Amino acid sequence: MTARLSLDGVTKRFGTTEAVRNVSLTLHDGEFMALLGASGCGKSTTLRLLAGLEAPSAGRVLLNGRDVTRDSAAARNIALMFQSYALYPHLTVFQNIALPLRMRGLSAVQRLPGTALVSPVVRKRQAQIKAQVSQVAEMLRLGDLLARKPGQLSGGQQQRVALARALVREPSAFLLDEPLSNLDTQLRADTRDEIRALHRRTGYPFLLVTHDQSDALSMADRIAVMIAGEIVQVGSPKEIFHRPQSIAVAEFIGHHRINLLPPGPAGRLHPAGTRLWIGIRPEDLRLSPEGALAATVESRAFHGEETILKLRDDAGTALRIVLRGGETLPNPGDTVRLAANPAALHGFGADGRREDIPA
Amino acid sequence: MRNRALTDLVLAGPAALVVILFIFLPVAVVFVLAFTDYQVGARSANWIGIENFATLFGSRQGRNALLNTVVYAGIVIPASVGLGLLVAMGLHRLTDILPRLSAVLRTVYFLPVAATLVAMAVSWQMLLHPSLGLINTWMSVLGLAPQQWLSDRGLVLYTLAAIGIWQSVGYNMVLFLAGLATIPTALYDAAAVDGADRGWSRFWTVTWPMLGPTTLFVVIVTAVNAFRVFETVATMTKGGPAFASDTIVYALYREGFVYFKAGYASAITVVFFLALLLLTALQIMLVERRVHYR
Repeated sequence: MTARLSLDGVTKRFGTTEAVRNVSLTLHDGEFMALLGASGCGKSTTLRLLAGLEAPSAGRVLLNGRDVTRDSAAARNIALMFQSYALYPHLTVFQNIALPLRMRGLSAVQRLPGTALVSPVVRKRQAQIKAQVSQVAEMLRLGDLLARKPGQLSGGQQQRVALARALVREPSAFLLDEPLSNLDTQLRADTRDEIRALHRRTGYPFLLVTHDQSDALSMADRIAVMIAGEIVQVGSPKEIFHRPQSIAVAEFIGHHRINLLPPGPAGRLHPAGTRLWIGIRPEDLRLSPEGALAATVESRAFHGEETILKLRDDAGTALRIVLRGGETLPNPGDTVRLAANPAALHGFGADGRREDIPA
Repeated sequence: MRNRALTDLVLAGPAALVVILFIFLPVAVVFVLAFTDYQVGARSANWIGIENFATLFGSRQGRNALLNTVVYAGIVIPASVGLGLLVAMGLHRLTDILPRLSAVLRTVYFLPVAATLVAMAVSWQMLLHPSLGLINTWMSVLGLAPQQWLSDRGLVLYTLAAIGIWQSVGYNMVLFLAGLATIPTALYDAAAVDGADRGWSRFWTVTWPMLGPTTLFVVIVTAVNAFRVFETVATMTKGGPAFASDTIVYALYREGFVYFKAGYASAITVVFFLALLLLTALQIMLVERRVHYR
């Protein structure tokens, strides 16, 4: 795989605050990558640095191996879909999609109204633009909406227009800023599939910026996890989920927050626990009379397909366990014993880094 | 239900009554007087049909006042709107770099709006004085011939127009600044990615269309104020020299309150009122079609 777009040791400071610290990140040809982080972690700044909307304070931006750090957003030809879609409200859907082509293909004079009447060059170019717009509109099922203004469209339709506008000019990379955050649950699932399909069909490298781990895990080939302005781990969704490289990643990923047992008490779950932190996901813990860990149930919450128990072990550590199916549920106040599959345990050193432990 | 109706009447009634009594009724009276030869204080008046209107449009003096007003508005409207937009864009960008200076300049530009025009006219008269005025002093420093700013028949209307622009730019600037602040920054980002990243293309792609509703409002307000020009004329030139700066509202004032020709003054008022109404309706119709997207 060849690198398409990359950041090389990029730092971005706003005043005295470092929004992005020494980030290196590579988006390869044809891959679908997700940049995952909590809000305010610097992922949107990273996206803007890649797109050319911000200039880095230090470091380089590379496109196809060429240094484009000083190039404008337009010169980089990177498509960007905004969270708010940022459609031009005064232009029709057709004009919105055609705008990037017009800016690129026609000079300022040629863009003046009426030039098509006098210049065959402009006429030819406009016909090409029309064909390109029709093609991408067809692909995104916008054919019937081309004459509408964005204000007359639903949220999902607006999003497809934003996608079309980004894709129409055959970009060198496609960056999507929180594309699903403005959609309701049903539309979200459909749009996930649609964006995946679009990636397969177009073959452009996609970078999805999101705070939603299920979006990242379900859509991306690779995930870069960003915490407090730094990339802390890059890997496949499975790697990120099953082998978090640090406590921070382990705590960030997972629908339910991971349980962490401090060195010492953790020894009851695994021999290495005498000197390491041991992490175990709530869904990997189970009730078992022979379990090594004793804990008292503090509260119980029924969530339909699953029940979440909050417990406290005898060393005072808060634990969470997710139960699915028909076990007889203990009541608050009961003391239960917990067991875990050794393969599901994560060991972390005192510095928070992962240390592999034998199963 | 009857109670509701009574409440409505009590709430809306008094204000409606006042409006009818003090606005609609006088307007109706003016419309009637416009067709008479009524003079203020006279016991009776004669119905003279459209003679007053014929005088206004037929006499040299009437046509001169109309033409002067149109020329004045034709200069002040585009200049004041254009400069207001230019200054607003400059100050809007300056806010990011030098917020203090931007705030100070905002106040400076707005001062003429807040100041009483009549008082300002005195200062302008001093500045424009042919021999003692600062402006002619500067003109000679720059090697230009001093001008009779307010007593040259060919120049006086343009001098007044310049003062009119000076006076209204600040107001337009404030409105444009408010309009600029509401443009989402994501649109500028989108334009940058799409290739409209600076200068004119950025302006035509985002700023100008997004300012559409603001511009509509600014143009209407500026136009109405320009056609109503009165204070500077009354305080500085009295329509002179030789009616060279006579405008429609000043003519109305002179006919009605100096010569007490209430009938003729009413006719001028009617023409003025209808012209402004038509103009405003036309502007809204024309521009609304292009800016109606919110």
